Amino acid sequence: MADDKRIDPATGTEIKHHEWDGIQELDTPLPRWWLWTFYATILFAIGYMIAYPAIPMIDRATGGMLGWSSRGALDKELAARERQIAPIRRAIAETPVTALPGRPELMQQAVEGGRAAFRVHCVQCHGSGAAGSRGYPNLNDDDWLWGGDLATIEKTITAGVRNPDHDATRQSLMPAFGKDQLLTAAQVDDVVAHVRAISGQDRPSAASRRGDKVFADNCAVCHGPAGKGNRELGAPNLTDAIWLYGGDAGTIHETVWNSRHGVMPRWDDKLDKATIRMLAAYVHSLGGGEAAPPAGAGAGR
Amino acid sequence: MFMSGSASLYEKRKGVYPKAVDGFYRRLKWAIMAVTLTIYWGTPWLRWDRGPYAPDQAVLVDLAHRRFYMFSIEIWPQEFYYVAGLLIMAGIGLFLVTSAVGRAWCGYACPQTVWTDLYQHVERFVDGDRNAQLRLAKAPWGAAKIARRLFKWSVWLGIAFVTGGAWIFYFADAPTLQREFWSGTAAWQAYATTFVLTATTFVLGGFMREQVCIYMCPWPRIQTAMLDEKSLIVTYKHWRGETRGSLKKAQAHPGAFGDCVDCNQCVAVCPTGIDIREGPQIGCITCALCIDACDKVMAQVGRPRGLIDYCTQDDAEAEQKGAAPRPVLKTLLRPRTIAYFAVWAGIGAAMLFALGARERLEISAQQDRNPIFVRLSDGAIRNAYTVKLRNMQARPRPMEVGLTGLPGGRMWTDAGLRETAATTVRTTVPADSVAKLRIFLTLPSRGPARQDFRFTVRAIDREGGSASEPARFERP
Repeated sequence: MADDKRIDPATGTEIKHHEWDGIQELDTPLPRWWLWTFYATILFAIGYMIAYPAIPMIDRATGGMLGWSSRGALDKELAARERQIAPIRRAIAETPVTALPGRPELMQQAVEGGRAAFRVHCVQCHGSGAAGSRGYPNLNDDDWLWGGDLATIEKTITAGVRNPDHDATRQSLMPAFGKDQLLTAAQVDDVVAHVRAISGQDRPSAASRRGDKVFADNCAVCHGPAGKGNRELGAPNLTDAIWLYGGDAGTIHETVWNSRHGVMPRWDDKLDKATIRMLAAYVHSLGGGEAAPPAGAGAGR
Repeated sequence: MFMSGSASLYEKRKGVYPKAVDGFYRRLKWAIMAVTLTIYWGTPWLRWDRGPYAPDQAVLVDLAHRRFYMFSIEIWPQEFYYVAGLLIMAGIGLFLVTSAVGRAWCGYACPQTVWTDLYQHVERFVDGDRNAQLRLAKAPWGAAKIARRLFKWSVWLGIAFVTGGAWIFYFADAPTLQREFWSGTAAWQAYATTFVLTATTFVLGGFMREQVCIYMCPWPRIQTAMLDEKSLIVTYKHWRGETRGSLKKAQAHPGAFGDCVDCNQCVAVCPTGIDIREGPQIGCITCALCIDACDKVMAQVGRPRGLIDYCTQDDAEAEQKGAAPRPVLKTLLRPRTIAYFAVWAGIGAAMLFALGARERLEISAQQDRNPIFVRLSDGAIRNAYTVKLRNMQARPRPMEVGLTGLPGGRMWTDAGLRETAATTVRTTVPADSVAKLRIFLTLPSRGPARQDFRFTVRAIDREGGSASEPARFERP
């Protein structure tokens, strides 16, 4: 074999025996340091396999001596993040919600924290964009059953709506006028015509004029003589463009006949003070938030 | 079949002990080394006044705030194409240089070459010139050799440290970072970067040297593909030099020998340890030190200079056939180099023009998609937008956001209430930053389902300036 060794005249290097289309390969030696580097990487790999999880077994990989795991790394990151935001949460918990707008940076942090919490706790009913749906209020608009300033929103979130085990819960009880035979079918038809008229959807008619009287006797105590609603009682404004269940004659009839009793859970037993405050700040920031009412102000607009 | 020994598979590095040499190209290398090292070490310390709202470092890559400062130019992340353009220019510049003067980058300006050169000077200072170095390498390890080695390595390490340490000053305010660095309060990244670059400089400049060029660097391979018969390379003019023979032999047999006196000086001075007389090869970085060495010998023996010289392959062939050597300058002007230069200069001019004409005030608007619109209690429809105002000037600017093509539109920001709605919104955008406004915009419910309009922004200061962005208003 040794005698058919061919040497390239230009470099003095041996030529390998294979050939492709006349192209031949020189057997140029690799530098030795390259070999050392290669051995070093092998040693590193062995060390790495001992130190870190490496060899796959049936249900898990070998643990590694350093005890590192991706879950552990994540837990560490989360804990670091918690530590980072803890002072912010504390500051928010200690600042009355009405004082938040005076601290724009804290308010901004509260809104962002509320945005995150909303996605976890509130989107199931109110939707991911807080736009609500039939029976679940749209929190972006400027119509509020109980009030749209920061303190009122916070109170509503804290106690919930029609929550049996909270003393301060939002509570309004519209009677089922038709089902419980408080009004006759004709009276219900008349009052529906009246509501359609005061909300500007139908022209006044004979029926609506008859309904005016029915309204004054049965509805005005909560909804007000003009039907503008009463936030103290959670009675909606019937003259505006926003309908929680629908403003067509059929739906209004159904509402008067059966009544509506939507519910929202109390959150003070599930979320801490800071989170509830952040949720209030977030909901307030959606575009319909109102300024705090002057002290002693009574019924809503 | 057994291998005949690992020696054939893996090659021990051959020691290279280049001899000191003086001459035109050596002096050129000194000058280029002085200039490049001065630029490298000095640049971060240059100051440039940008007013109270921006850093005063002339060249600064501010990763934390995502800004790149270069004298009067400030580049934002979305203008990164300027940096891409600079890199393209650098690339084409290398093509230009390579097609014109061959591997001049390798021979003169490459950091690997510059620092290896610097390290070799240290080596000569500590150990003496080539012969002393060779003797010392062969000498057994004793107190004197250990002392010399320790001294040399500590000087190398010192150079490596200031090299690695200088790099970090491009990424933060240099005087501040230096104070922090020595007081131990700098970011860990500063120490890690310094450590890594110190280690690589020490190893690459002190020990790896030509191995980097021959085995590790991709650039020689690319250059090999880019060189052609008209590129300048260092050429041993074998038709003039062969047959080699000592001066004594040549005098004894006039006419039988060429100009090469076989003194081996060209090999002795070569920093990559090659013999240029074997012809063009990948190990040649065209540093031209062998030209200096050979010219000196030719002068001593009274023969014309340029036995080894910069020469294109085409010219070499012509010279072999008897043509006179062509001046170097003439080889530079040819269609390929002119084309590279035109492209290079064209990109540069386009970038300069774009830099001069760029707007320092921008607006962008993103419509809320969830929900797209909100019906308000009075029946009006509200859309919401996130409007970003970019003030790229290094001072706060008052600005006014307005609407065009949307009569009746009223807007307010989340900082106010609907009662404050107006046709414009005013705000002051802080220096060199982006202001994010959440804008609520209302229109009566009656109207088309989609209405296209533009958000406009106008700077309401003496300098003025405006920008606009298309947007859309949507109804149920």
